[in-house]
Amino acid sequence: MLRLTSDAYRRLIGHCYDGLPLEACGLLGGHPAAASALVCYPARNVAGSARVYTVDPGDHLRADRDAESRGMEIIGVFHSHTHTEAYPSPTDVRQAPDPGWHYVIVSLRDVPSLRSFRIVDGNIEEEPVVVAG
Amino acid sequence: MSVEVRLPTLLRPHVGGQSVVTADGATVGEVLSDLVARFPGLQGQLVTEAGDLHRFVNVYVNDDDVRYMDKLDTKVGEGDTVSILPAVAGGA
Repeated sequence: MLRLTSDAYRRLIGHCYDGLPLEACGLLGGHPAAASALVCYPARNVAGSARVYTVDPGDHLRADRDAESRGMEIIGVFHSHTHTEAYPSPTDVRQAPDPGWHYVIVSLRDVPSLRSFRIVDGNIEEEPVVVAG
Repeated sequence: MSVEVRLPTLLRPHVGGQSVVTADGATVGEVLSDLVARFPGLQGQLVTEAGDLHRFVNVYVNDDDVRYMDKLDTKVGEGDTVSILPAVAGGA
């Protein structure tokens, strides 16, 4: 299960819309043991594409430091799918860097749809998402 | 030259669970080589067999991404911090 604060949820969805027509991306800071994401870190998509994303390395470093200064860690990444469902693509699976992370995907194809996945050794497992607090 | 190296969660099991280690070298490449020599589990995780920075990691000296500097030849000095983070990418 992934817990998202309502503030992080709003910022995440807002950043995905702001990125249109391109894919948007960002990182989630929180507490890994509780699987709770308390902070949304919007990042630039340096791929500048509607089909792929690369988190700006400088934005990642700043997010990592900020999370650490708050006693948190980066526990996951989010990105938007502008025209497809919120499910990991083969590219998402191949490039998933950390089996401990939560992989959040927001589809903007219809009404926004947010789903979260764990990706371990190429296997995709969806997890429930709770927005609260 | 001894510098502080900060490691992402994913690589910490290879260095005894530590998040920060010290390593020696005058360039990023030398620092990473020293790390791999001391922690063989990092072999192949940072630098490719061809001797380039692996595309799955980003390496920074203080605030700067070494890909936009001199890559593995980027110089490091006393008191610098080298940070390693996973490169995060994907697609639809």
